[in-house]
Amino acid sequence: MNKRVNLERRRQAIYGWLLLSPAAVMLSIFAFYPSAATFWSSLFSRGTRRRPSEFIALENYSDLFADPTFWVVVKNNLLYAAVTIPVSIVIALAMALWANSKIPARGFVRTAYFTPTVLPMIAAANLWLFFYTPGLGVLDQIGGLFGLPSINWLGQPQTALWAVIIVTIWKEAGFFMIFYLAALQTIPEDLKEASDIEGASRWTYTRRIVLPLLMPTTLFIMVNATINSVKLIDHLFILTKGGPSDASKLILYYIWEMAFAFFDAPHAAAMTILVLGVLCIVAAVQLFFIDRRTHYQ
Amino acid sequence: MSRLGTMLEQAGAILLAVIWISPLLFAFWAAFHTSSDAVSFNLLSPWTLDNFRTAWEGAPWLRYFLNTFLLVTIVLIGQFFFTTLAGFAFAKMDFPAKDFVFILVLMQLFILPEVLIVENYAMVSRLGLFDSLFGVGMPYMASAFGIFLMRQSFKSVPIELHEAARIEGCSLLGILWRVYVPLAKPTYLAYALVSVSTHWNNFLWPLIVTNSPDTRPLTVGLSIFGAPENGVDISVISAATMMSVAPLLVAFLLFQRQFVQAFLRAGIK
Amino acid sequence: MKHLKGIGLSVVMSAGMALPAAAETELTMYYPIAVGGALTQVVDSIVADFEAENPDIKVNAVYSGNYDDTRVRALSALNSGDPAQLAVMFSIDAYDLIEQDLILPFEALTDDADWLNSFYPALMANGRIEGQTWGIPFQRSTIVAYYNKEQFAAAGLDPEAPPTTWDEIISMGKALTNDDTYGLMIPSTGYPYWMFQALAIQNGKEVMSNDGLTTYFDDETVVETLEFWKSLSAEHGIMPTGTVEWGTLRQAFLEGQTAMMWHSTGNLRAVKDNASFDFGVAELPANVRKGSPTGGGNFYVFKDTTDEERAAALKLIEFMTSPEQAAAWSIATGYMGVSPAAYETDALKEYTAAFPPALVARNQLENAVAEFSTFETARVRDGLNNAIQAALTDSKSAEDALGEAQAAAERLLKAYR
Repeated sequence: MNKRVNLERRRQAIYGWLLLSPAAVMLSIFAFYPSAATFWSSLFSRGTRRRPSEFIALENYSDLFADPTFWVVVKNNLLYAAVTIPVSIVIALAMALWANSKIPARGFVRTAYFTPTVLPMIAAANLWLFFYTPGLGVLDQIGGLFGLPSINWLGQPQTALWAVIIVTIWKEAGFFMIFYLAALQTIPEDLKEASDIEGASRWTYTRRIVLPLLMPTTLFIMVNATINSVKLIDHLFILTKGGPSDASKLILYYIWEMAFAFFDAPHAAAMTILVLGVLCIVAAVQLFFIDRRTHYQ
Repeated sequence: MSRLGTMLEQAGAILLAVIWISPLLFAFWAAFHTSSDAVSFNLLSPWTLDNFRTAWEGAPWLRYFLNTFLLVTIVLIGQFFFTTLAGFAFAKMDFPAKDFVFILVLMQLFILPEVLIVENYAMVSRLGLFDSLFGVGMPYMASAFGIFLMRQSFKSVPIELHEAARIEGCSLLGILWRVYVPLAKPTYLAYALVSVSTHWNNFLWPLIVTNSPDTRPLTVGLSIFGAPENGVDISVISAATMMSVAPLLVAFLLFQRQFVQAFLRAGIK
Repeated sequence: MKHLKGIGLSVVMSAGMALPAAAETELTMYYPIAVGGALTQVVDSIVADFEAENPDIKVNAVYSGNYDDTRVRALSALNSGDPAQLAVMFSIDAYDLIEQDLILPFEALTDDADWLNSFYPALMANGRIEGQTWGIPFQRSTIVAYYNKEQFAAAGLDPEAPPTTWDEIISMGKALTNDDTYGLMIPSTGYPYWMFQALAIQNGKEVMSNDGLTTYFDDETVVETLEFWKSLSAEHGIMPTGTVEWGTLRQAFLEGQTAMMWHSTGNLRAVKDNASFDFGVAELPANVRKGSPTGGGNFYVFKDTTDEERAAALKLIEFMTSPEQAAAWSIATGYMGVSPAAYETDALKEYTAAFPPALVARNQLENAVAEFSTFETARVRDGLNNAIQAALTDSKSAEDALGEAQAAAERLLKAYR
């Protein structure tokens, strides 16, 4: 009897590994091996005509820490994430609540909220570039109607990052809205009826019942939003290229610039490892939360 | 809540919708007018198709469309393949170190191909896939998100169905194909929608990996078209933008109910 | 049976098609068209003419975006094992390309010193490093001043007399500035260092040395120059405050938002085709002297090439920079003819007689300097760009900003001395 169970278990294990192997191979090739290789290459100096590449251990990292641009970029990205993640989630939730309610032109509203998602970020950036143009752009023209002065949104360090943040929120909120919409529609009607009978206000109903039930969706969206706050830099290529004076430079853009514009792969690799490290920590924290707080029905 | 409150709220929702859609409306407006008319918002100015003509001649858009279409298809098929197998393994198979491996997989959620861009691009070259659609698609095929979804979905299939099929003499892969896959259709659909819209709009990785119009997708084509050295012509770029987003936009407008339904039924809560 | 025949036939046919290819040299060339996509057809037709004359060479000319995109493209191709043989890239990328051991000097490809000397010397400046020639001019430009003749007349100024000195910029600018219009716009995004170089030269100082090893950002004259640029908006009000966007400047000029703009001569065609008003093109004004940096792209040949490919690439470059082709390119784009011989061709003679603004850039060559280029050029340049933008947006004083940029540049260039 025991022998048969063992055999069965071993068969299961083999099958399990076999089924897993294609994906495992792909992940190794494109995620785990490159991570290791990136770490390895971050330990060497950049090879040039005069001085071939040599092992310098953690010197690339100390170079980065001494580089003021690096810290500016880190600060930018932190601010960027700290604003885009909560704001787009809140707006997405509001949009979902509205799109789910009995307002006039519901179809139009829902479509309008979702359309930015359908556009590639590059296309969206082109549109917003002209929105932001001082004088000619739509924002300034509308502002002009109200007597407001022309603002050079993308051309000033104070406003450039915020201009980029706005474009990101505009792009992302609609996408997150769909997840909330789907989740909202699984909330049974009788919960609302029960709360009405109890005399609870709509706000209380929302706060006490809807939000907790949406928690898994919220956490899921938060994971997505966090990933995007690192990954989504397409608009920088069109809007600001990281300027003015690095005011809107985000870390992935700096990595790209380091590798492909400055021909400096080792420093780019060092930055990549640092980013991965932070992402792993954030991942661990967020996934831990999801595990703990998820309220499964 | 008072009548006034409700009305204000509804007005707010609609105002937000109008704001949200305005860049697209603006692009639509600019695409059909000359640059000067576009920025001066002269509502009576003549409509023109010149911008579309210029944009169309300025780049091989049909080729870009084809490339993008092929790309998302290849990626999706690859994703279905890899995530189904792996998701099934995690959901129903028991093997040593399963949880540890699953955590490794989840970590891939955060190890994005874009972040590892330099090494991945060296890898793709090494495999001889540079400047090919496969080269663009491969890093995304074993998607951790997909594996997670499939695992979720397969887990919820009652074990009785599995047993029943096994008793009927189905091999493991047969059971997977006949029992699990059909039941997971809503998940596949939802995932397909997310994947297609993600990869239709993907930019940075294809920018690096593609080098010729034969493989270049729409996003890269649009960025090359729209970022010349000496200045942008908003009307032509708007026309080009409209051309490249039209298919997805139309598809969404036609299928939006199915879109939301799919998410709903997939149980992405 | 039918299938086998079909397969057999296609195998034979493809073998047949493959055979002549084996005797050809195939070249892949990346190029940026800095004016947008439609000119790819012009390049394609030049290439077709070349292929007709040289049946044993096949050329894939691949349009790859702007200068940054093209550099990324070419490097990617080189790193991927499917390399290009030549490319048109920024004239100022030369130092980096040499450091990374990617390109060949033209002295290794040809002994024809006459040909190398047949181009305008000012255009060769960026390509001559360590005594050898690393780049051949193809689409080159200088900055020119475009101005709106109608607005000049409306302001009571002589439409045929644009400013020739810095003082005149200020006085005429003030006359031209009103509620709807600025007097002058100099773009400070995109390539602010380029515009700054022009101003610095006009003030009498080059911002870098000829060997790419030293920069002079914190020199008194240079700081003074940045302060002058700042004063145009801050003090005299003839330019908008903050940064002026490179990409939308042409549109702004065409909309009449500014009476004068400094921009690349590469914009000439686009302005000519779209201006609804009478406009003129002038050389940049002088302070201590006249001057402008050159700009644009050179041909480079990559090291990772066979001898046949190198010979073929040389032939292609010689063809594309020959006077007739250079003339055709210049007319189609607004970039300069790269050799005096180009301006002697009938085509360019006729064109410039009918449209004198096309000669302005060429005339400026007398006073032109090499574009900003040093070792580690991208980073050093970045430092300068940031300093310019910081000063113009009032985040730092000109002196502080340039001081920082100089310190950063020193750190980077030390390793090369």
